[in-house]
Amino acid sequence: MDALINGLYGIPVLGLFFQFGGYVLDLLPILAQTSIVVAVPIALAALCGVLCERSGVVNIGIEGIMLVGAFVGWIVASAAASTFGHGTPLPVFGITAPLVIGLVAALIAGMFLALLHAWLAISVRVDQIISGVILNILALGVTGYLNTLIAAQSPQEAGKFTALSLPRDITNLPVVGWLLHAVLDQGPIAIATVIIVIVLQVLLFRSRWGLRTRAVGEHPKAAETVGIDVIRLRYRNVIASGAVAALGGAYLSMEQTNSFQAGMTNGRGFIGLAAMIVGRWTPIGAFGAAILFAVGTAVGQAISVGPPNGQLGDLLSKLPAQFFDALPYVVTIIILAGVVGRSIPPAADGKPYEREATT
Amino acid sequence: MTAARPLPRRRPTSRVRQVWDVLAVPVVAIVLALLVGAVVIVVFSLLVSRATFDIGLPLKAYGALVNGSLGSFDGLVETCVQATPLLLAGLGVAVGFRAGLFNIGAQGQFLLGALGSVWVGAALATASPLISIPLALVVGVVIGALWAGIAGYLKAASGAHEVVTTIMLNYVALAILSWIVVGPLRLTNSPQPVTAGVGDAALPIIIGSDGHLGLLIALVAVPLMWFLLYRTTIGFEIRSVGANADAARYAGMRPRFVIVLTMALAGGLAGLAGGVTLLGINHQMPAGYSTTVGFDAITVALLGRSNPWGVLPASLLFGAMRAGAGLMQIQAGVPAELVYIIQAIILLFLIIDVLLRKLPGLGAAKAGLITTDASQAAAEGVTAAAATIPPVAKGL
Repeated sequence: MDALINGLYGIPVLGLFFQFGGYVLDLLPILAQTSIVVAVPIALAALCGVLCERSGVVNIGIEGIMLVGAFVGWIVASAAASTFGHGTPLPVFGITAPLVIGLVAALIAGMFLALLHAWLAISVRVDQIISGVILNILALGVTGYLNTLIAAQSPQEAGKFTALSLPRDITNLPVVGWLLHAVLDQGPIAIATVIIVIVLQVLLFRSRWGLRTRAVGEHPKAAETVGIDVIRLRYRNVIASGAVAALGGAYLSMEQTNSFQAGMTNGRGFIGLAAMIVGRWTPIGAFGAAILFAVGTAVGQAISVGPPNGQLGDLLSKLPAQFFDALPYVVTIIILAGVVGRSIPPAADGKPYEREATT
Repeated sequence: MTAARPLPRRRPTSRVRQVWDVLAVPVVAIVLALLVGAVVIVVFSLLVSRATFDIGLPLKAYGALVNGSLGSFDGLVETCVQATPLLLAGLGVAVGFRAGLFNIGAQGQFLLGALGSVWVGAALATASPLISIPLALVVGVVIGALWAGIAGYLKAASGAHEVVTTIMLNYVALAILSWIVVGPLRLTNSPQPVTAGVGDAALPIIIGSDGHLGLLIALVAVPLMWFLLYRTTIGFEIRSVGANADAARYAGMRPRFVIVLTMALAGGLAGLAGGVTLLGINHQMPAGYSTTVGFDAITVALLGRSNPWGVLPASLLFGAMRAGAGLMQIQAGVPAELVYIIQAIILLFLIIDVLLRKLPGLGAAKAGLITTDASQAAAEGVTAAAATIPPVAKGL
């Protein structure tokens, strides 16, 4: 067996691919788990985008909504912890009352910010790109402002959601073991993300709500003539999308870490937008794209920590670490330009809908 | 839209009235934003810092803001220094708007242009400034133009929306910057990853302690851009494509060429902004260089109604806020991030000008948000079918 592997590795050029395959395969359990950790906030941002754009509203303010979600979740949990105390955490996920209060507050804050965007985009019918830019600047300003004021008082920490630790018997199972480990050895928000992806995919393509949403995003006038309230449906979907994006923000400050830094979303809202486009405006596709981007990051991290030996290691060490940072964006540009199949947005995406006068 | 609506009858209006109609919405937006900012200061200090109710706090904060930016000669120079990159990049974004292009990529164009200028400047650090400075700035402009040109080409060739491609290119630019400064251009034996200094290629100081030559370059760019947009054929083509690309094509213009050219022009200006900032202030490029100029330029262009003569005062306003924010934080304990909040609220009031114009005395005011000639025509009361849907919002 070893002889065969060494033989394959020895083939010029092609051998490098085998070496890379072997390297990734060795690290698969770790890579899969890290990939999901990295992918969750991107996937949630992408889902927010899918919800908005499928109903015909462009939202580039996802980044801002996530930032507000991250901040509000963290600060409300911290305030609740210092008022009522931490309480004993539940055995699963380390859930405590302050954390739950913080999470709910984050979702509500995200929905309020989304409501502002919905009002501007749907009712005032302003340019939706500018409205999204406003959301981002506002979120950066308000969270940065409050964070500076609060950091001066060194607030109490509320802790964070913890991962579900699977018993070793399960993770040691062949193949299924690492898959379960990757998906289930995660905190509540990460696991919820996987569930939300599946539920949204089914709802969007198999339910009455989904059909109506898609109709409103493709041809609002036709939807209105069969009795769908375009305005109301768009409002609902955009507000709901705010909660999804805020969940992604809360993941950063309440599950991945237990702290907040100004601007901690660091462009994830925009990568989410990219994942949505690469995933062709479907929840599963967007999730897949988020995972794809995350695998790039995870492999990049793995290479910088423990590069593979031999020829491959020499080659990869010449590759700049920033290559993996830029990869998702380059992939998105290539797909947008139609080099690898076009990704076509919903027809009425970004167009304000004006109801005709009812006389 | 079907029948030709009669043009509104022109009443003879006084000069004061005309000026007020142009300035009303931006001025009201700024004043309202400052008021909201004052409320934010008071409410947050009550809620978060548990301070006693102090109605004087916003006055103290704004006082420090004005004092730091306009209160002294050094403050005034600092205001101009801060306004310089905003003005150049803002002109770039404004030109894009005129062609119906929403360039969110000024950030990346700024960074790569700056990197190009520093690279040339550092390579020619000991050469005559008469050669090295123009060469460094030209390289910055060219790199910025090429980088933005990618988004322009993709838009023209395949219809890829420039908003998404420029956002993506921003992050790619960030990765390239970090790779080049950490890797090939890193100054050996320095603890932090940073490029070599530009030496004699640094821009000469022309006023105060740090008022560099870039101030003059930016100031000259304003009439040049105005002339280009309103007195040349290519400017007319840019504005026509922005107002109605189909009509422009029927008139024999080349919308695709104009799109690529406009993006390159916008990128060149953003690259120049980066070049003068780095050659004038920093003199070397650290790997972790961070700036918000690219995004602030969008606000500046919108506040200036995408007109070069409007972008100038808008950039000075934001330059003043940036120059004074530090003193505000020190003297009044109000975080400098207040500037972003005010910026967002100004934009908010500008885009809801439809509602704002219901205020008494503002009925005849022109729209706050003018991005193309079509929207300008609409604001001036001329019916233009193309004005109903801003070109920017078509499909993403």
